[in-house]
This record gives sequence, structure tokens and C-alpha cells, in this order.
Amino acid sequence: MARRGRGFWAQLAFTVLVAAFLIVPVAMSITAGITANFFQGVKSGLTTRWIAEVWRLYRDTIFLSMTIALATLVVDLAIGVPAAYVLARWRGWLPRLVEEALVLPIAIPGLATALALILAYGTWREFRTSWVFILVGHVLFTLPFMVRAVLAVLSSIDLPTLEEGARSLGASFRQRFFGVVLPNVRAGILAGALMVVTLSIGEFNMTWMLHTPLTKTLPVGLADSYASMRLEIGSAYTVMFFFMIIPLLIGIQLAARPRKPATLRDEAA
Amino acid sequence: MSVAIKLVSCAKTFADGTRAVGPLDLEIPPGETIVFLGPSGCGKTTTLRLIAGLESPNPGGRVLFDEADVTEISIERRNVGMVFQSYALFPNMTVGGNVEYGLRVRKLPAAARAARVEEMLGMMKIGELRHRRVDQLSGGQKQRVALARALAPQPRVLLLDEPLTALDAKLRDALRVEIDALLRRLRMTAVYVTHDQAEAMALGDRIVVMSQGQVAQVGRPRDIYFAPQSRFVAEFVGTMNRLHGVVRNGHLEVMGGRVPWRGRGGGEVEVLFRPERAAIVEAGAGQVKGRVATSFFLGDRTRLLVEGVSSGTLVVETTDRRDWEPGQDVHLVIDPDALLTLDR
Repeated sequence: MARRGRGFWAQLAFTVLVAAFLIVPVAMSITAGITANFFQGVKSGLTTRWIAEVWRLYRDTIFLSMTIALATLVVDLAIGVPAAYVLARWRGWLPRLVEEALVLPIAIPGLATALALILAYGTWREFRTSWVFILVGHVLFTLPFMVRAVLAVLSSIDLPTLEEGARSLGASFRQRFFGVVLPNVRAGILAGALMVVTLSIGEFNMTWMLHTPLTKTLPVGLADSYASMRLEIGSAYTVMFFFMIIPLLIGIQLAARPRKPATLRDEAA
Repeated sequence: MSVAIKLVSCAKTFADGTRAVGPLDLEIPPGETIVFLGPSGCGKTTTLRLIAGLESPNPGGRVLFDEADVTEISIERRNVGMVFQSYALFPNMTVGGNVEYGLRVRKLPAAARAARVEEMLGMMKIGELRHRRVDQLSGGQKQRVALARALAPQPRVLLLDEPLTALDAKLRDALRVEIDALLRRLRMTAVYVTHDQAEAMALGDRIVVMSQGQVAQVGRPRDIYFAPQSRFVAEFVGTMNRLHGVVRNGHLEVMGGRVPWRGRGGGEVEVLFRPERAAIVEAGAGQVKGRVATSFFLGDRTRLLVEGVSSGTLVVETTDRRDWEPGQDVHLVIDPDALLTLDR
């Protein structure tokens, strides 16, 4: 093996340092969540007491977050996938405009979107106090991610020709949408779905404005616990959040792995 | 099984106002292989798409299969087989799945589907690829799968849109021979679009040469080659030489000499002839004299670009084994019957 130069070791040290800088707080958080008394340190003993406490106090927020995340996913799939299909098939300036407009909820601060929703629908009591109100906000915020992910895959395959092929073989719109279009954008749908669920579970900004005492999501509960509970409980809460979010993040990475290039788009004759 | 196709004053104007195909009338008898040949943008693909049902003609235009008007029938129900330049195989299915697709959407029973898929894979000699994914295939294999897929539901016509263009030269030749044999055997009405005149000559029972949305000429490959009716057809199909000169005393006098003139008319003319109608002869025996500008050794023959006979460069081919050098004198005899006078 070739001897490594001084540059290699310098770069390695720098990388390790940066990684440590980022990982240490995470490790601290986790440690705090399972330490009997954080101020005495780990020697005070490890415990699951705080996790149990969090479960007792906040398990509703966890279930609500999961419910909202899954509902957001269902709505995004039902709206986002067909929307992406239409945007991919429809030429001209209008679809491009729609595509850009769809991204606005990401650019606008969540607080502003939430305020607008409250101004418009806040007086509609049943709606305002139900978790569906938060769902609307989450769909607004996550929909562009679903549309973009599916659209990216749709534009990388020669969709019009594939559909023409299917049509020439006698396939109706339904048959080719479910038999040809959807299976070929599966990777995009999967990547979009994991993104949407992750974003929804972690969303705080907008949800903080939209929630009511009875519709607290996990991140809102986290803020609440940080503000009013002892540090160990807040940290234990973080640990539970990690358990929910890390598998999803890994899933995103796996789904977003580079695929084999699609068939080359041929020049028009 | 095979149908006649008839286009009656079919025109196509796109939404942006461009006229892709002019009103055109065409009859294709059952079982014929007809080739639409023309440069890019001449409307050949649009015409194919009109027949397929992927485009509908402007009001007034009609497409008939046998005597039935199919103008209003969508492609899904027209029962046509299509083969695309980009193959358009479904990446989410195996080779077998692709071939089976048209049978599955028709809801054929599983046993009938399996038998037909087997037959098609056998016919295209791709049985061993059955379980492969389509991205694991070479271009030639993909196009075989595409043919098998298009033919599986027993379409009434087979439509091929530049099916060989994406393949390399050697594979193109091999697959062309196979497609030719296949079409002869199936006796299916087939429409084949290409910009490659050699492909058109080899495959077509008849060729439709198209230019700017109009039919420039329809005829057997020989007619198109030997008796082009316009300068466009003459120059698009094969190579043409131009001679510019003056007819005087029964001869066409050009820069490099004179050729016997059997045509009518007189005065200043421009005539065309094919390279193979000129022969290289010994000095003194030639009608015209020129100079070699460049020579290309092609193995079986040598192609010479000759200057000084007329205002432009002439292409002449020879099978002799001489080593032609630029600047060398070359003496030619041109068959007077080969001279074509064509209007623009």
C-alpha cells in the first residue's frame, strides 16, 4: 500500500473533527435521555424511567404525529402522483408555472402559511379544532416534494412513447396508467413518500401555530417538554423521535440510490 | 387477415399552425410493405401516426382499413402493431411480460397467452431471453422483442417508425434482412418509415418519397431509382451527378468535352446521371476529361470525385485496382441514355 501523505492525515483529522462536532450533541442528547441524573453524569446510572415518563405524558402526540404523517402521505399520493403525471404530459408555459407555484409553500415561512390558514378558516370551529386542520398545512408543505420526486422520474423516462406503445397494444387509459406508468415511477413515489412522512413527522413551524391543546404533534410536544420538564425528559423524548425518524431517513437514502439510466431519449425523426 | 389501407385527402396541421402533412391520398393494397422515405421533417412520421391513430387528420381527411372508415377509432381499438425507434419497451416488465402485454389487456386466457408468447419468442429467436429485464438487452435484442410484442396480438397492420435507426451499421443490416424475411412470410400490410434510402430500397414493395408534407413520388424501388420524376427524388435517392452545358449539333457540350445528346430541346441545359452510368476509359477513348480531386478506396471499388468536367464535382466509381492520385487526368464515357432532364 502506498504511504499516505501528510495531506491525507490532515484531511482525515478535519473530517473526524467536523463529524464529531455534529455527532457529539446527538450522543449527549441520547445519553441525557437515559441517564438517571444528567448533572451527576452517567455514574448516576442508566435508566429507562424517563422514556417511560415520556410515553405516559406524550404518547398521544406520537400517535397523532403518525396519524397525520400517514394521512398526509395518503393525500399527497392521491393528489401528487396524478398531478406529476399531468405536469409531465402537458407541454407549454402553464404547467411550468404550476410547478413553480407548487413550490411556494416551501419558500414561504411555515408560520405565514399557518397564519393565512387561521385567518381564512379559523372561525370554522370544528375544522379549526380537529387534527385535519394540521393535515391541511402539512399537505401544503409536503405536496411539492411528492410532485417533484415523481416528476423527476417521469421526465427521465420516455413516457409519451411508452404510453403510445401501450395504446397501440390496446391498453385503455386505466390499464396503462396502472400497468405501465405507475410501476415505472415506483422509485419516485417511494422516495417522495419517505420524504413526505419524514417532513410531516418533523414539521414544527407551521404545526406550532395550527395546533390546539388537544392536537399536539410530537415536535410541538418536544418544544413543550423542553420548556417545562426536566432536561432528562426532553432528552428521552428526543430519543423516541430518533427511533421514529432514523429508519425513515435510511429508507430515503436507499430509495434515492442512483438507478440504471433509463432508455435514451431518441431525437425526433 | 391483412387489410388494405387508404388515406383520403389526409392533412395534418398542428396546434401551432404548422402544416405537417399536405392533403394526401394513398392506397396501400393488402400485404404490401410500403416505405415512407424522406428527410427529417418531411411528414413521414406524421403520416404513419395518422394511420396508427396517434394523430387524427384535419376535418375532411379519412383513414380506411379495407372499406371501413377508422378515422374516428382510437389507436387502442384500431388493432395496429407499432415498432418505435426508441423501442418503447416497458422497463417494469420482463421480455416475456412485454410480449404478453397486448394479450393481457385483451384479457385472453392464460393458456392462450402463454402459447402465443411462446410462438412469438420462437419466431423472433429470443426464447432464451424470456426472463430477462429489458435493460439487460442489446439494441438488436430490444428491437426483436418490440417486434414480437407488436405482432403478438395479431394486428391488422404493422407500423414501423425508423426501427433500425438507433442500431449500429452491422446490426442494422442483419436486422433489416430479418425484418424483410418476416414481412414476406407474414404477408402483412406494413408501413415502414425511414430516412435511409438503402433501407427503403431493400425493404419496400413500393416507396413513397415525401418532401415538405407532400408525396413527391410513389413507385417500386426501381422506378424511384431509375425514373425519378423530380430533381428532389433524383437527388434524395442515391447519388446524382449534374452536368451543366449547351446542346449543339446533337451533342451536349460541357466544360470537359462533349456527350451525344438524345434528348429534346436545345440551348443551355442541366442534366443528371447516376455515378454507375459513367465508365472510366483510356485516354483518347473518352468523351469527357476531368481531374481527380479526391479518391476514396472502399475495398471493392474506388470512389473518385472528378473536377473539370462540369462546373461541379462528379462522383464516379470504378472497380479497377489502380491507385488514383489527386490531380491525375481521368477520361470518361457517359451513357447518353442515362442523362435525365428534370425540372425542379
